Amino acid sequence: MPEMMPTALLFFLAAAILPVLPQYLRALLLLAVPVLAGIILWNIPEGMLAQVGFMGLELEFMRIDSLSRIFALIFCLAAFLGNLYAWHVRDRVQQVAGLIYSGSAIGAVLAGDLITLFLFWEGTAIASVFLIWARRTEGAYHTGLRYLIIQIGSGVILLAGAVLYHAETGNFVFERMQLGSPATWLIFLSFGIKCAFPLLHNWLQDAYPAATVTGTVILSAFTTKLAVYALARGFAGTEILIYIGAAMTLFPIFYAVIENDLRRVLAYSLNNQLGFMVVGVGIGTELALNGTAAHAFAHILYKALLFMSVGAVLFRTGTAKGSELGGLYKTMPLTMVFCVVGAASISAFPLFSGFISKSLILSASVKEHYYIVWAVLLFASAGVFHHSGIKIPYFAFFAHDSGKRPKEAPPHMLLAMAITAFFCVYIGVNPEPLYALLPYEVKYEPYTTTHVVTQLQLLFFSALAFTVLMRTGIYPPELKSVNLDFDWTYRKAGPAILRYLRAVAGASGAYLGSVLSGWAIGIFHRFQHSTGPEGRLAQSWPTGAMVLWIAILLGVTLVVSFLS
Amino acid sequence: MAAGRATNAAEPGAAQDAGHAVEHVALTLADQLPMLLILVPLVAAPLIVLLGSRRLAWPLAYGAATASFVMAVFLLMRVIGGEVISYHIGGWAPPLGIEYRVDSANAFVLFLVTGIATVVLPYARTSVAAEVDGQHGTLFYAMFLLCFTGLLGVVITGDAFNVFVFLEISSLSTYVLIAAGAVRDRRALTAAYDYLIMGTIGATFFVIGLGLLYMATGTLNMADIAERIADQTGNRTVRAAFAFIVVGVGLKAAIYPLHLWLPNAYTYAPSAVTAFLAATATKVAIYVLMRFMFSVFQPLYLVEVKTLEFIIIPLALLAMFAASVIAIFQTDLKRLLAYSSLAQIGYMLLGIGFLSETGLTAAIAHLFNHGITKAALFMGVGALVLRFGNSYCDGVAGAGRTMPWTSAAMVIGGLSLIGVPGTAGFISKWVLVQGALEAGWWPVAMLIVLSSLLAVVYVWRMIETLYLQPAPERAAAGEAPLSMLVPMWLMALACIWFGLNTELTLGASLSAAKGFMAGSPGLILAGH
Repeated sequence: MPEMMPTALLFFLAAAILPVLPQYLRALLLLAVPVLAGIILWNIPEGMLAQVGFMGLELEFMRIDSLSRIFALIFCLAAFLGNLYAWHVRDRVQQVAGLIYSGSAIGAVLAGDLITLFLFWEGTAIASVFLIWARRTEGAYHTGLRYLIIQIGSGVILLAGAVLYHAETGNFVFERMQLGSPATWLIFLSFGIKCAFPLLHNWLQDAYPAATVTGTVILSAFTTKLAVYALARGFAGTEILIYIGAAMTLFPIFYAVIENDLRRVLAYSLNNQLGFMVVGVGIGTELALNGTAAHAFAHILYKALLFMSVGAVLFRTGTAKGSELGGLYKTMPLTMVFCVVGAASISAFPLFSGFISKSLILSASVKEHYYIVWAVLLFASAGVFHHSGIKIPYFAFFAHDSGKRPKEAPPHMLLAMAITAFFCVYIGVNPEPLYALLPYEVKYEPYTTTHVVTQLQLLFFSALAFTVLMRTGIYPPELKSVNLDFDWTYRKAGPAILRYLRAVAGASGAYLGSVLSGWAIGIFHRFQHSTGPEGRLAQSWPTGAMVLWIAILLGVTLVVSFLS
Repeated sequence: MAAGRATNAAEPGAAQDAGHAVEHVALTLADQLPMLLILVPLVAAPLIVLLGSRRLAWPLAYGAATASFVMAVFLLMRVIGGEVISYHIGGWAPPLGIEYRVDSANAFVLFLVTGIATVVLPYARTSVAAEVDGQHGTLFYAMFLLCFTGLLGVVITGDAFNVFVFLEISSLSTYVLIAAGAVRDRRALTAAYDYLIMGTIGATFFVIGLGLLYMATGTLNMADIAERIADQTGNRTVRAAFAFIVVGVGLKAAIYPLHLWLPNAYTYAPSAVTAFLAATATKVAIYVLMRFMFSVFQPLYLVEVKTLEFIIIPLALLAMFAASVIAIFQTDLKRLLAYSSLAQIGYMLLGIGFLSETGLTAAIAHLFNHGITKAALFMGVGALVLRFGNSYCDGVAGAGRTMPWTSAAMVIGGLSLIGVPGTAGFISKWVLVQGALEAGWWPVAMLIVLSSLLAVVYVWRMIETLYLQPAPERAAAGEAPLSMLVPMWLMALACIWFGLNTELTLGASLSAAKGFMAGSPGLILAGH
C-alpha cells in the first residue's frame, strides 16, 4: 500500500539505513529514493490518504491534489538531480541531511493540517543547516547558526499561529485563510520568513552561498518553494502579496548587479524570482496560480542548473568571485553551454522554460488590471536578464581572461547539468506536459507573436544596455567588496549605535556608555557570577540556610492560608 | 458505585452483603495485586541481606522489580478507564484498617516507578560495581529495594499515616543510597547528610500536618478525612495542616527554594541511583502533593485558600527560569541535569496551579514524560562517568566520537527535555500551554515557551560538549557496555515512542486528572 505511507517516511527510512551502506550503494540509494517517490506520487489517486491519530488530533500526512502533486513531483525531480550532481560526495552527514531535507520538504507539501506542516517545516530547517555546516569552516558554522535561528524562529511562529488558529476555529485544517486575526498574521509571517519577503530575506543571501558546492544546489530547490506552496495554499488572492511580491522582484536586482560573489548573485536572483511567484499567489486567479506553480517548477530547474554550473566552477577553481574568474569557456565549454541554457531560461528567452511560465503570471496581472505591477514585473524581467542572464555567464566564462585553466567539470556533474538543461529546453519548447500538471485547466498559448516580440524587445534592449555600459565603463566593475543589506541593521548597526552613544556621552556620561555597550556582557557575567558553579545561587548552602528557607516558606504559606 | 472487586463492603445498608463479600477477598490472585506489589520487594530486601550472597543480590532485586512492574501494568490496565480498586489490608475495613487504593492517577505513577526500576537495575549492575565498593553490593541492592518499596507504598496507600511510614522507608534508604557515592567522591557524605536533615524536617512537617488533621477529624484514612473536613474549611487547624503538608511534601518534591538538597544529592550519588531517584522520587512527591491537595483537601478548598496562586505558581515560574539559568552555567553534566530537573518540576507545579483538568493532565503527563527523559539522560551521564571517571564538561569533552551510542541517546533525551515535537517532552508541554491558554493566561503560556528556550541553551551546551569540543589527551575510552546501553536506549526510544503515541500517557493522565478534579467525591466513590 504505497499510498498509505507518507512519502516523507520513505526518505527518512532511507536516511536511517544510509549511514551503514558502502559508498556506491549510498550514492545509488540517493538516486533511487527520489525516483521511487516520484513514481508513487505520479500514480496515486487524489485525496487525503494517510491519517495518523496523534494526541486526539487527526494528522493528515498525504493530501494529494493537483497543487500539492506538482510541487511534490518537482521536489522529487530536484532531489534526484541534486543527488546526481553530488555523486562524488563521500560525506555521510551531507547525504543524510540532504535526504531528510528533501523528504521533509515533500512531507510539508503533502501536509493536510498545520501541525503536520509545522513538523516538516522544522524538519527542513534542522536538516538543511547541516548542508551549510558540512563545509566545516568557522564562517560556515556561524552562518549556519544564524540561518538555523531564523528558520527555527519561523517554525515557532508557525506553531504559535497554529495554536491561535485552533483557538479561533477549533481545528488545524490547512486551507485558504483570511488575513485579519493574530493567528493568520502569525502564520503569514512565518511563511513570509521562509519565502524571504523583503526585510525578512537576509538569511537566504547569507546562507546559500555559504553552503557546500552541492549543498547550495539542494538548498536552492526546497525551502523557499515550500514557502511559495504554503502561501499558494493558505493565502491565495491576498492582495498585499502582490505588492510584497513586486517589491521582491525589484530590490534584489540592484544588489545582484553590484555583488561580486556569483553564488550570492544567484541567491539575489532567486529572491527576485520568488517575487514573481508571490505576485502570482497574490493575484490568486486560476491563471495566476497556474503561473505560480509553473514558474516554481521551471524555476527550481533553471536555478538548480545555474547553481550547478557556478558550483562546478567553484569546484574546479576554488572560487566563485566574479573578480577572480573569466575566460573559463576555453577549458569548461560544456559547463559554459549549460550555464547559458540556465541563463536563457531564467531570462525567459522564448523556447526556454522561463518564458512559458513567467508569461502566465504577467498575463494574469494584465488580466486583473494591475498595470503598474505588470510594468514592475517587466522591469524586473529585464533586470533578471541583466544580472543572471548576462552577468553570470559573462563574468565566469568570458570577460577578461583570468588565466585560470581548470579541467572540465566531472562527468556526473555534467550529466546532472545536461538532464536539467534538457528539461529547461524541453519545457520551453513543449509546455503542454507541464501545463497538464498545473492545478487548474490551462487554456493558454505562450507563443503568440505579441508575447514573443515583446519579450525579445525587452531582452535585446537589456542586452544593449549591458553592452553600452560595459563599453563605456560605467558598469559597476567586479570588485572584491561586501555589500550592505538589511542584516547590517542587526549585525552591525545595533552594536555601532551603542558604541556611538558611548562616544558622545563623553567623560561625564562614560558610565552610561559603558553600561550600554557592556550591557550584554555584563548581564552574562552577572548571571555567571550568581548562577555559575561558584555563584551564590548554585553553590552548596550550609544546612542552616536551607532550613531557614523551609521556615520562611512555611510562614508564608501559613499567612496565605489564614488570610484568605 | 464501589469498584474494588470483592471489597465493596461498606455499601450503605448492605451489611449482609458485606460479610459475604469479605469472604471473597483472598480468593483470586488478581485481587491481591495491590498488596503483592508492595510485598514482593519488601520481602526481597531483607532476603538479600539474609542470604548475604553477592551473586544472588542482583537477580533477586531484579526479579522483585520485574514482578512489581508486571503487577503495576495489570493494575494500570484495570483502572485506566476510571475504575477504582480499594484493597483492605488484612480484611480490616477502613477507616480503622489500612486501605490501599488504586485509581488511574497512582496506577500511572506505579507504572512509572516500577518501569524505571526494572530498566535501571540491569544498568546498575555494571555502574554500581564500578562506582560502589564491591563489599557493599548486597546491602546496596537491599537498600535499593527498600527505597523502591517505600516509593510504591507512598503512592498506593489510601491511608494518610501510611504515607508517612512509607515516605520514611524510602527517605532513610535514599540517604544510604546517596552516601554510597562516597566511594567515588567523599562529598556524597555531606550531600547525604544535608538531605537527611532536610528530609527529616520535611517529613516532620508532614507528620505535624497529619497530626493537625487528626485533631480536626479523628481519622487517618484519606477518604474519611476528606469527608470530615469538607464542612470545616475555615478551621484554622485544618488550614495550618494544609500549610504544613504542602511545605513538607514540597521539600521532598524540591519546589524551588526548598531544592537545596537536590543538586548535591544527584551529583554525588552513584549514577544508577541518580537515574532512579531523578525519575521517581520527586515525581512521587509531586503525586502525594496532588493527592493531598485535590483529594483530601478539595479543588474548592484550593480556590478558597489561594495557596496555588500566591505560592505554588510564583515558585513554579521562579523554578522554570532560575533553575534553567543556573543549569546553563554548570560545568558538571550531572549538576546541569539536576538543575534542569528543578526547572521541569516547575512545569508540573504550574500544571497543578492552573487548577483545571487540562493543567492537571499536563502535570501528570509531564511527571511521566520527564521521568523517562531524565532516566535516559542520567543513564547517559552514568556511562560517561564509567568511562571517564567524572562528569565534568571538560572531562568528557568529545565523547561523541568514542561513545557514539551513549551520546546519541543523550541527544534524544536532550531533545525531549527541550520539548521538540516528536518527543515525549513536547506532548506534556503542549498540553501545559493549552492549559495556560484555556485559563486565559497568555503571559504564562509565553513564559513556558521562553523557558523552553533556556532549555535549548543548556541542552546545546551538552551537545557541544559531546560533539563539538576537541577531546583532551587521554587514554582512549570505548563505548559503554551493552548492559548499560540497552537500558539507556530503551528510555531514549521510550522518549520517542511516547512522543508519537500518546494513547497511554494522555489517556491515563486525563483519567487521573478527572479523578483529581472530582475532589474528595472521587475518593469517597470507592467506598470504605
